[in-house]
Amino acid sequence: MLKPKFWDYHDTSPHKSEHRFNFRRIWCLTVLLIAGVSLVPLISITLIDYNVTEQSIESDIMLRTARLVSNTQRSISFFITERRSALDFIVRDNTFESLTDPARLAALLDNIKKGFSGFIDLGVITHGGRQKVYAGPYNLEGRNYSKQNWYQQVLDQGVYISDVFLGFRKIPHVVIAIKRILPDGSFYVFRATLDTKQYNNLLHNLEMAGQGDAFLINHAGILQTPSRLYGKVFQKISLPVPGYAPKTRVLEGRGTNGVPLIIGYRYISNSPFILMVVKQKKEVMETWLNTRMVLIWFLCISITIILIVTLSITTHLVNRIHLADTKRVMTLHQVEFTNRLASIGRLAAGVAHEINNPLAIINEKAGLIKDLFKIKKEYQNDEKIIGLIDSVLSSVKRAGTITKRLLNFARHMDVSIETINLKKVISDVLGFLGKEAEYRSITVNLHVADDIPLFTNDRGKLQQIFLNLINNAFAAMNDGGHLDILAKKKKDKYVEIKVSDDGCGIPESLRHLVFEPFFSTKQKKGTGLGLTITHRLVHEIGGKIALESVAGKGTTFTITLPLNTKKNED
Amino acid sequence: MKILLVDDEEELVSALAERLGIRGIDAEWVISGEEALLRVKDGKFDLAVLDVKLPKLGGRKLKKILQEKCPDMKYIFMTGHGSEDDFQSISNEVGKEYYLFKPVDIDDLIKKIKEALHSH
Repeated sequence: MLKPKFWDYHDTSPHKSEHRFNFRRIWCLTVLLIAGVSLVPLISITLIDYNVTEQSIESDIMLRTARLVSNTQRSISFFITERRSALDFIVRDNTFESLTDPARLAALLDNIKKGFSGFIDLGVITHGGRQKVYAGPYNLEGRNYSKQNWYQQVLDQGVYISDVFLGFRKIPHVVIAIKRILPDGSFYVFRATLDTKQYNNLLHNLEMAGQGDAFLINHAGILQTPSRLYGKVFQKISLPVPGYAPKTRVLEGRGTNGVPLIIGYRYISNSPFILMVVKQKKEVMETWLNTRMVLIWFLCISITIILIVTLSITTHLVNRIHLADTKRVMTLHQVEFTNRLASIGRLAAGVAHEINNPLAIINEKAGLIKDLFKIKKEYQNDEKIIGLIDSVLSSVKRAGTITKRLLNFARHMDVSIETINLKKVISDVLGFLGKEAEYRSITVNLHVADDIPLFTNDRGKLQQIFLNLINNAFAAMNDGGHLDILAKKKKDKYVEIKVSDDGCGIPESLRHLVFEPFFSTKQKKGTGLGLTITHRLVHEIGGKIALESVAGKGTTFTITLPLNTKKNED
Repeated sequence: MKILLVDDEEELVSALAERLGIRGIDAEWVISGEEALLRVKDGKFDLAVLDVKLPKLGGRKLKKILQEKCPDMKYIFMTGHGSEDDFQSISNEVGKEYYLFKPVDIDDLIKKIKEALHSH
């Protein structure tokens, strides 16, 4: 149904040298070209835009993560530094004696709790690792830390900030310890315990998109604060511990289950902590993914529209070219046909000219013999000789009639508008085909109504029209068929001529193709142009042609011509 | 009634003249236009039957010259050729009915001759 007319078109022209178009090729090339030049830039731009946007969004996410990590690190770092400085101040502001006074230490604890959040207890440990004085909720006085790791570290480094650990009291906490050397060379360690709730809250309250997670780990990868997805406190995280870097870094990685992640981290200086922010890439990119879907949809719809428009415009144009070309070829054929007809006419006329003079001589000589015989008494009653001469004369007369008709026909070949006696025109044409009708015993019945006046029209075209129609009718009929040509007046202004045969007829399915160029039921015998040309000629002389047909019963062509009688009146 | 027949086919024109003679019509014949002009000088003809295609001096030209010499003469044309130009101009000059196609039936010819002579 959608297949265009030109698609199955095959060149039926016998002249292979004649330049013809390959419509299918033209169509394919045009579609490819138009679709190519419109789709390639569109797809390229979309792809480039896609990549650029993806990259910029990715780097934007990286930057944002880095900023978040930096800011959070600053808060945590500040939290620790602040508390360390406070302890430093206490140690420097108080003498060893006042610090070891339990009442004073309790007062200090009370004050520092009010000034800074997070402090749980304070203690003074003298050399040997024994806790001499303690202020806080637990009873830890006299406890010996000399074997503990942190104690060794504080002795070495002077200041120590611990990992989060449970210690004796089974609650996660952090220890800050400061070693103070007394003027006499001896030393003590001032120790404070911090609640980890503080930075748990800090990390917990960070606003993060994409199932983000922020937590602290130590250098061994043990979680220092609870995380949402990577384990509880003191568990080892499922991610590898990122390598040391002096600044904030953001990298892409994959989780245990292969989920792409964006990991930002920062080693917090002067502490055993590493701050980590982990986001799920997919979640973060979600808005962009939505935009991408819109983009892809837009691309798909654009491509569809471009293809539809390209296909329909190309099909339309190629169809037009096909139509124009068909007309061109038809005109060529018509010219050829007319030329051939004209030259046959000229040839026939030439032959008729040449034959006429000898015929005239035979005519006169035979006539003279007859005259002489009639005068001379001796032959007057010789019926046989008179009969012979009469038959010579009648044969000459017959030959003369034929040459006269031929000359008459040829003379009118090229003439345009003139006065037409319809009956005579049709009779002339029938005169040529009469012999064929006789041989094939086809009965021809011509009836032209008497009330049809003389009218003006193109005699040559009318002759060609009738010649074509009668020829077709003969071709459709078997021997012994009937051809009826009936002409009558219609509405005073028109004459209607029906040419009916009782031949093979045209099946319903082919009827609409009859006037199409190059359609022929005569296989190789016809050009398929006869009726096309007839149709065109009828229109050229202002008439109409219609077709009725019953397959197997016969065909009737009806021609309606206007009666132009103007010229006739003057 | 005296008639001049002009046709380059001697066989034709001589037989035709004889046949007309048998039917009581006094007909003379010549086979060229020049000869026809000479013949017109000494005898008066009522009518001339001219072939359209004559060598050198054609039928139409001949008729023009003859018309000047003998204004009362009538003309019938006879032709084996059917050129459209000839047909149109001769039909205009002498009328369609006096333009006969060869071969011509003798009775038709006599009928036309009589019509032509009695037409005025």
